[in-house]
Amino acid sequence: MDRRILIGALIAAALSIPAVAQDKSIVVASTTSTMDSGLFGHILPLFKAKTGIDVKVISQGTGQALDTGRRGDADVVFVHAKPQEEKFVADGFGVKRFAVMYNDFIVVGPKTDPAGVKGKDIETALKAIMESQAAFISRGDKSGTHAAELALWKAAGIDVETNPGAWYKAIGQGMGAALNTAGASGGYVLSDRGTWLNFKNKGELAILVEGDKRLFNQYGVILVSPAKHASVKKDLAQQFIDWLVSAEGQKAIAGHRINGHPLFFPNAGVPGV
Amino acid sequence: MLDGASALQLIFSGDRALYAIVALSLYVSVAAVLLAALVALPLGALLALVRFPGRTFVIVVLNAFMGLPPVVMGLAIYLLLSRSGPLGFLGILFTPTAMIIAQALLVMPIIAALTRQTIEDLWAEYREELTALRVSPARRVATLIWDARFSLTTTLLAGFGRAAAEVGTVMIVGGNIEGFTRTMTTAIALETSKGDLPLAMGLGAILITLIIAVNALAWGARRVGEIRAG
Amino acid sequence: MHGPICDLPVTFERASLLAGKVEIVREISLEFGSGATTVLLGPNGSGKSTLLRLAMGLAQPTSGRISWGGRAEPGPRLAMMFQRPVMLRRTAASNVAYALLRRDDARVAELLKEAGLSELANRPARRLSGGEQQRLALARALARDPEILFLDEPTASLDPAATKAVEDIVQDVAASGVKIVMATHDIGQARRLAGDIVFMARGRIVERADARTFFDAPATKEAAAFLRGDLVI
Repeated sequence: MDRRILIGALIAAALSIPAVAQDKSIVVASTTSTMDSGLFGHILPLFKAKTGIDVKVISQGTGQALDTGRRGDADVVFVHAKPQEEKFVADGFGVKRFAVMYNDFIVVGPKTDPAGVKGKDIETALKAIMESQAAFISRGDKSGTHAAELALWKAAGIDVETNPGAWYKAIGQGMGAALNTAGASGGYVLSDRGTWLNFKNKGELAILVEGDKRLFNQYGVILVSPAKHASVKKDLAQQFIDWLVSAEGQKAIAGHRINGHPLFFPNAGVPGV
Repeated sequence: MLDGASALQLIFSGDRALYAIVALSLYVSVAAVLLAALVALPLGALLALVRFPGRTFVIVVLNAFMGLPPVVMGLAIYLLLSRSGPLGFLGILFTPTAMIIAQALLVMPIIAALTRQTIEDLWAEYREELTALRVSPARRVATLIWDARFSLTTTLLAGFGRAAAEVGTVMIVGGNIEGFTRTMTTAIALETSKGDLPLAMGLGAILITLIIAVNALAWGARRVGEIRAG
Repeated sequence: MHGPICDLPVTFERASLLAGKVEIVREISLEFGSGATTVLLGPNGSGKSTLLRLAMGLAQPTSGRISWGGRAEPGPRLAMMFQRPVMLRRTAASNVAYALLRRDDARVAELLKEAGLSELANRPARRLSGGEQQRLALARALARDPEILFLDEPTASLDPAATKAVEDIVQDVAASGVKIVMATHDIGQARRLAGDIVFMARGRIVERADARTFFDAPATKEAAAFLRGDLVI
């Protein structure tokens, strides 16, 4: 019996170690595109060097990230779906939304381009994909990218939400998984440029549609309301938000490049985005 | 941060991030098994030796929970520990502590069920002798657990194997935070989704090696048991 | 060490044990007193083992009653050795020590010596030979300082040399004052060890007599048939 008590005490001690060690830290719920593109890996060490604050990033889809914020399990949400973000603030879960940066969406597909969309504008391209019944991979996970994708189909006059047909495959996963699936099945997918540039399994996929104004993708950051959840680390989180929209933070964001290409374009303070 | 370099190169160059991930995986799964054992070993012994009302029900439920999908356990613990949940005040969501607790709950049924089987079989063998020797119930339990120590070690290693291999639970309650709650399995999931398949496979190879080593240990424990105690 | 509780005589009053519809033993009435070795003799299935278990308190009769020294519950100074003893997964010495109430290395050594197992003290008990395990089981039973020692076919699975080793110890133990009650189907063994015989067949006591009388002039047909070597069904 002695042995058991000793082990029990050791476990109790071990379990409490992590809880004690993390003092100056915040939790940021963000999207898979900011994570998978390597952005956080680039800018967070700079922030920590300046303020000593550890930023712990939970990478989820926009829908899930906002839900995490609603539950009070994160101090900051950093996502890219403006209507949902504004509702988040309007409902009282967030304090204020700040624009941070943008990138664009692209349509990626097989180099052989069976639906013939290369170089077209987004509306024409989507119609062509539907008409040729070419495989299209949707994230289907209530993420910012998913929301943008649905909006684009709607603008093209195509209903993909009620029984679209076997060509439209909603996989319910993140951007990387969607790209993997597209590559493996020779399908088309809407991706953010950042994740695409950082993606290491491009295989036979290539960018086919880009540059259309409607493919603009804005990111916003919001402090989770301390009024709703007293556990929010208000001061530390505010320091992070302030840094992101400051000249220094914006420069850090612009500094993240892959093969010389910038992935995100800082635009804090620009009105209307 | 792990980038495209192959996992093997990282091992030999002593990459800190990789070691941190492996160390965390071991820490979480070992702690989970020990925590689970504290509850599951006595429970298994109790189920084996005492016919109390509701015993059959407990056994059925335990056996059912052995097959509980890890992701379901993860979701349940997540809802409990979320700030909006009943245990939110503890503030342990997205920490290794939550991962340990969730994995402990996950492996508890299998350890309890295997313990019950082991002790039951051993009791069938020892029953007459121990009764003839007028051994007290408390001493019986201690004797059975001690004499079954090699089988029980194998049981714990089986629990460890289940814990180390799962990804659903630790992903949901841990959040896969780099340098903090990222384990081997969640790292593999992440690198796969980033398309860095060579790295993911390298990590997978390390994980498989770990699990093979654990199974070899289990086999070794049985052999030692057979040789030393017969 | 010696409490005032005495388990002798063990008295059976019309005790029966039913398992389902089958009567394993029927209407057993007898008494074991102190003194010479009592041997339960009879063919396999005659109920000898069951009678021993009832006397040891390992089983309860479904009708009738058993008393120990006039009491309804058996005391602590009973010990039993089974036909196939179960060794704990530890050393021989540990097995013997297990049966002691207090740690007493000297007593363990003494018991092992009596059983001729001193050299095997640190061997894992389960790696001993059949005969050695039987002697170890004896040593373990004796560690309880019993008043009565029950033995259930102790040498049934042993070769003659091992059998002799066990029988020698049993005779020493009997000589030291412990009451021995032994079940066997081996007539030769009964002749060698018995002070008195309880002959059983088909779950009943058929004949009871002191050894000399039984072997020279069995009173019943079944006993006579058994001693001749016929199958008593």
